[in-house]
Amino acid sequence: MPAWLDTHLVSLLNGLAIGCLLFILAIGLSLVFGMMDVLNLAHGVLFLTGAYLAWSIAGADPSWAGFLAAIAAAAAVGALAGAILSLGTERLARRSHLDQALLTLGAALIAADALSAAFGDDVHAVNPPPGLDGSILLFGKAYPVYRLSLIAVGLALAGAVHWIVERTSLGALVRATVADREMVSAIGVDERVVKVVVFAIGSTLAAVAGVLGAPVYGAGPGLDAAVLILALVVVVIGGLGSVRGALVGALIIGQIETLGRALFADLASFVLFGALALVLIVKPKGLFADSGRSRS
Amino acid sequence: MNRPGWGALPWRRWGLLAALALALAAAPLVLAPYAVTTLTRILVFALLAVSLDLLVGYTGLPSLGHGAYFGVGAYAAGWVAIHATASAPVTLAVAAAAGGLVAVFAGLVAVRARGVYFLMLTLAIAEIVQQLAESWHDVTGGSNGLYGIPAATLGGNALVGDQPVYWWVLAVFAAGILVLRAIAASPLGDTLRGICDNEARMRALGYRVYLYKLAAFVIAGSIAGLAGGLLAAQQRLVTPGDLGLGTSIPALLAVIIGGEGSLWGPCFGAAVVIVIRDYLGSTLGGHGSLLLGVVFVAVVYLLPGGLARAIRGRT
Repeated sequence: MPAWLDTHLVSLLNGLAIGCLLFILAIGLSLVFGMMDVLNLAHGVLFLTGAYLAWSIAGADPSWAGFLAAIAAAAAVGALAGAILSLGTERLARRSHLDQALLTLGAALIAADALSAAFGDDVHAVNPPPGLDGSILLFGKAYPVYRLSLIAVGLALAGAVHWIVERTSLGALVRATVADREMVSAIGVDERVVKVVVFAIGSTLAAVAGVLGAPVYGAGPGLDAAVLILALVVVVIGGLGSVRGALVGALIIGQIETLGRALFADLASFVLFGALALVLIVKPKGLFADSGRSRS
Repeated sequence: MNRPGWGALPWRRWGLLAALALALAAAPLVLAPYAVTTLTRILVFALLAVSLDLLVGYTGLPSLGHGAYFGVGAYAAGWVAIHATASAPVTLAVAAAAGGLVAVFAGLVAVRARGVYFLMLTLAIAEIVQQLAESWHDVTGGSNGLYGIPAATLGGNALVGDQPVYWWVLAVFAAGILVLRAIAASPLGDTLRGICDNEARMRALGYRVYLYKLAAFVIAGSIAGLAGGLLAAQQRLVTPGDLGLGTSIPALLAVIIGGEGSLWGPCFGAAVVIVIRDYLGSTLGGHGSLLLGVVFVAVVYLLPGGLARAIRGRT
């Protein structure tokens, strides 16, 4: 194995794991924005809610039952919150997209403050469930099993989302709504129902990502803003409403976050900004945005 | 194009304005020290909010990262005060220049985008600036912040105590507002309004929209930097929190609550935000941002156009 790869294998794998987590988070943001033009700034708070649910339900040393219960609870809370946000922004549908984004920002402020009131300002660490909490030797390096399973889960979810969006009739509806919402409405589909469903699914994924991310990031104040910004950069790089774009963007940002930091240390922020600027200058709508569509 | 408030003031309003200016100037003579400090903070924050309004209300560029230029100005002013000179005009000039310079680089990327896309980009850029502030220990002091900033001096006298600082901030605030008003009333201001209302048409008329947007972004960044310089002079401590979302979000809230596209609206919004966050927040057990979020959601739902439009609609 080349020396360079040997040195940075751990960073590469970490980047892959974080990229997979970011994909689960960003896909909901991307589809909701791509389909409905609603930028959900509460997406980061949903992630943090999932992380806190993992800590409060499963505890610092979760059992499998606790961990799965936390995932189920996060899915339920996420779906409910998504539906509420969807109905809330629907009332502003006649106003500008900015007003809808601002509404989600206000909701995010309220929710973040409620969370910090409920759970305090400490960062709570959560261990992986039993069986996944150890390390295995990988090419002579110890590597946490949990992160490997995160990669597996993330790739499986990416495959599932890709299959649903590209191969099922629900996915056809989603793609059609991204491409031309008025036409979908004109052929008799109630786009408000589609919106509620997509919003709920996207929020569910964000909250579940929070549970899955808890053993990596823990749960604490400020995490919501940090992951929201990473998800936004993923979506901007990948292109709105594109599953492939979200996956590629997430994997790129995952590597920048880990390998970039390992290679350039203090300059990692510039690398992130540089990647963003480069993509926007070369392809202003993102790497995988549909070219036939204009959007303001 | 018809946006009262920024345009020409009717003459009878000058009396009201003069009375307000006099009241603001006389305020520290009657108010308690704590109230004077709060009022100083409101003025600093109001200048930031009005500079943001040049983007949000005027040019139609909703920035969620305006705190970055404010914070850069604050760091620049603090650094110059520690390492070179504490002369107040010099530190402020450096602050405005630094805010403008960073806005040039950010703007080259950000103003390519529109609407909510622009919002995402400014947010991401501001976060990157904040990370830089936290990691560049030698200059910014890292997460401890830049502390030990000497008191600003004006003509050889140090501005020590609440009242001198207040008057200095008030004077710079008034100058900043006048500059922004002059820009708004100038042909540049008309062009920006045109871009906000109908960008495609302005482009068809031959305006180089990109350059105008960039100009607005740099001017707003520069005034925000100026406000940041005032912050450094007032609290004599700059931390990474001053250029993060903790500043950017309240600034946008102030503009939206007060009413975008009006001069006094964001000032009033800034007062509401500071009072809720710093004053009511401490009496509510530190839950200022909860109340702020509730007020914000209520304004977005019930008062589109903010307080400015609500009051204007009634008269």
